[in-house]
Amino acid sequence: MIYRMIRAITLSLTLVATPVLAVQPNEVLSDPVLEARARTLSKDLRCLVCRNENIDDSNADLARDLRLLVRERLVAGDSDDAAIAYIVDRYGEYVLLNPTSKGANLLLWIAGPLMLILGGAIAGTYVRRRRGLAEVGPNELSQDEEKRLAEILKD
Amino acid sequence: MIVELGHFVLILALFVATIQTVMPLVGAHYRWTGWMAVGEAAASVQLLLVATSFAALTYAFVTSDFSVALVVNNSHTLKPMLYKVAGVWGNHEGSLLLWSLILAAFGASVAWFGSNLPPTLRARVLAVQGSIGVAFLLFMLLTSNPFLRLAVPPFNGQDLNPLLQDPGLAFHPPFLYLGYVGLSVSFSFAVAALIEGRVDAAWGRWVRPWTLAAWVFLTIGIALGSWWAYYELGWGGFWFWDPVENASFMPWLIAAALLHSAIVVEKREALKAWTILLAILAFGFSLIGTFIVRSGVITSVHAFANDPERGVFILLILGFFMGGALLLFAFRAGAMEAKGLFAPVSRESALVVNNLLLSVSCMVVFVGTIWPLVAELLWDRKLSVGEPFFNAAFTPFMVVLALLLPLGAILSWKRALIGRPFRALIPALVLAVSLCLLAFAMQTGQSALGPIGLGLGAWVVFGAVIDLWLRSGRGAMAERMGRILRLPRADWGKFTAHTGFGVTVFAVAAMMAWQVEDIRTMRVGESYDLKGYTVTLTSVDKETGPNYFTTMARMDISHNGAFVATVYPEKRIYPVAGMPTTEAGIDYGFTRDLYMVIGDAQDDGSWAVRSYFKPFANWIWGGCMLMALGGLISLADRRYRVAAGARARAVKAVPAE
Repeated sequence: MIYRMIRAITLSLTLVATPVLAVQPNEVLSDPVLEARARTLSKDLRCLVCRNENIDDSNADLARDLRLLVRERLVAGDSDDAAIAYIVDRYGEYVLLNPTSKGANLLLWIAGPLMLILGGAIAGTYVRRRRGLAEVGPNELSQDEEKRLAEILKD
Repeated sequence: MIVELGHFVLILALFVATIQTVMPLVGAHYRWTGWMAVGEAAASVQLLLVATSFAALTYAFVTSDFSVALVVNNSHTLKPMLYKVAGVWGNHEGSLLLWSLILAAFGASVAWFGSNLPPTLRARVLAVQGSIGVAFLLFMLLTSNPFLRLAVPPFNGQDLNPLLQDPGLAFHPPFLYLGYVGLSVSFSFAVAALIEGRVDAAWGRWVRPWTLAAWVFLTIGIALGSWWAYYELGWGGFWFWDPVENASFMPWLIAAALLHSAIVVEKREALKAWTILLAILAFGFSLIGTFIVRSGVITSVHAFANDPERGVFILLILGFFMGGALLLFAFRAGAMEAKGLFAPVSRESALVVNNLLLSVSCMVVFVGTIWPLVAELLWDRKLSVGEPFFNAAFTPFMVVLALLLPLGAILSWKRALIGRPFRALIPALVLAVSLCLLAFAMQTGQSALGPIGLGLGAWVVFGAVIDLWLRSGRGAMAERMGRILRLPRADWGKFTAHTGFGVTVFAVAAMMAWQVEDIRTMRVGESYDLKGYTVTLTSVDKETGPNYFTTMARMDISHNGAFVATVYPEKRIYPVAGMPTTEAGIDYGFTRDLYMVIGDAQDDGSWAVRSYFKPFANWIWGGCMLMALGGLISLADRRYRVAAGARARAVKAVPAE
């Protein structure tokens, strides 16, 4: 019974919250430069109640609040970094879709290059070894072997 | 009754799969022909049983049998028939049953088409395939039984998630599963070869078609999902680096690496251990994907069934198969190496670089996907890793891959000179660079992404053309053209797939760099300009669909006074599921899409309207389809059949021990 009531309530709530477009026309700032900055910043901020959506694309009310907050800060004269810092202060690191490279996160950022270097070294060794064997092939002898052969033949 | 039958045959299937695992494995060890032969029969019977079970569940959905809990939760009498059927796999339990069905189907295919395999290898492949079946059937029967009944059936169901009620998405999961599960065959071949202790050129030739097929399915599945996101989610995004998208992308990358390295095994008998490892990892990433989607550990748009118990079970499956296979690999891989020798500049080396880039890029995606989990567990940091990270960390690998591809593809095997192939590619280089510069000159003040993407894409595509041209040998034009037409299908497959890759690289860059967006409010009857097109909001009406209500706008688009198209963007509400969806109105074009979305009514009686000019949108999926087509053409290559026949005779000539 209680379960059904909860269902009914959530159902009516979702019905009230009809879909809205992500960025609403009335949110758009009149200054196109500021607006462009706001859009760029919004793409890197997570909608906290959504699953992996940025606030620029999200239809949620909370995303709208954040979009307005970003614009407020920009209008107030904040730099991009200051506006982001302001929001991170209030909502935590979780809000950043683009993770910082601070602390352990450095590992995340250098993981790719690191693995490439490591993998490249392994692959390089492998390829060199294949060639090393190739030089011992029937047709060619390495210089050392050539020399040794000559010595053996001398005897 | 039919539902109980479905449940019952599923239990039977578990027993048959157990037999399929044990008997051929023992038989192959002691060379008992009879026991080995059990594998084939068991694989066919298992397929029959799981298919019956699947048919029973489909029957319950089609007839809207609301005494079955799963049907209640995912269906509704008013739902169109297509989605009643698609509802079977639009949920955790049903999709697992589909997974098991495809697994059984692949196992049976190995039994049917594998008559050219040495009997012990075939028996072992079927046994490993059977063991995967046991794991998933157990998983389903213990934690996710799709046939549970309700004591008091309701009058109607709760409907399928409306976002899933879409033709694109109805077929997205089956294709993905065909890909995921197809990789299980490569895995089984790898483990069987490790048990057997032998990998040779023939093994490479056997495993490659299965990998190719799985990769083709995976490509189609991913493209379908991305296309669906594009037209359904309402802002025309096509890739979000969502954990679940990554879950399908990781096995795709590894499978791409695998089907390239299998060529080296087949043609040159090198990279054997590495290829085995890739085959194990490709299926491993499929399982990891399953874990991500179904455990709910990493929240995402798609995650259904967030159930820790299921998560633990999948983790056990993952641990068992990966742990077992990798352990086996550690013991046996040393014995695998290799006859083929090659110089540092050679096709082999180029394919090593291909493999390096593809697998490291896959690991980057993997690290990014699980990083939030790791950070929370180890350092108690709640953080997100989203699109900006992946764009920055993943893209460079694809850029380098695209840069090296044309050169690597035309290097000769074993030992190559760098000068001659490079000279052959100069026309492609000149064309690509001039296109890049032209695009750069034509755009003003936009990011360099577009021109660079165009240059890269053109380089890969023209490089593929030159590759084909070089394959035609020497002689007069007509002679060479004739020879090109008679080239083996594998060459045409390679050409098509590489062209597709180039097209996708270009289209993704073009879309990201040159898209135009417009957000405004407008009244019915008003017009505005979108990148040279005049868009008029002609009307907005409320209408009723079979199981939804909709607000449908009519927008007329014209260009320089000439009529172009009328589109009908919609805003729907599905009352049963209580969910709204947007249906964009899209005018598809060869060089651009016009993408219209209708929003809310404003207080002053106008409507919010969002619209996009999306350059070369279709080319993204067109490129993916070319890649898939290339795989299919390769799959049809004669050598997989001719050689098959020859080997079958050879095997028969060897007396059984």
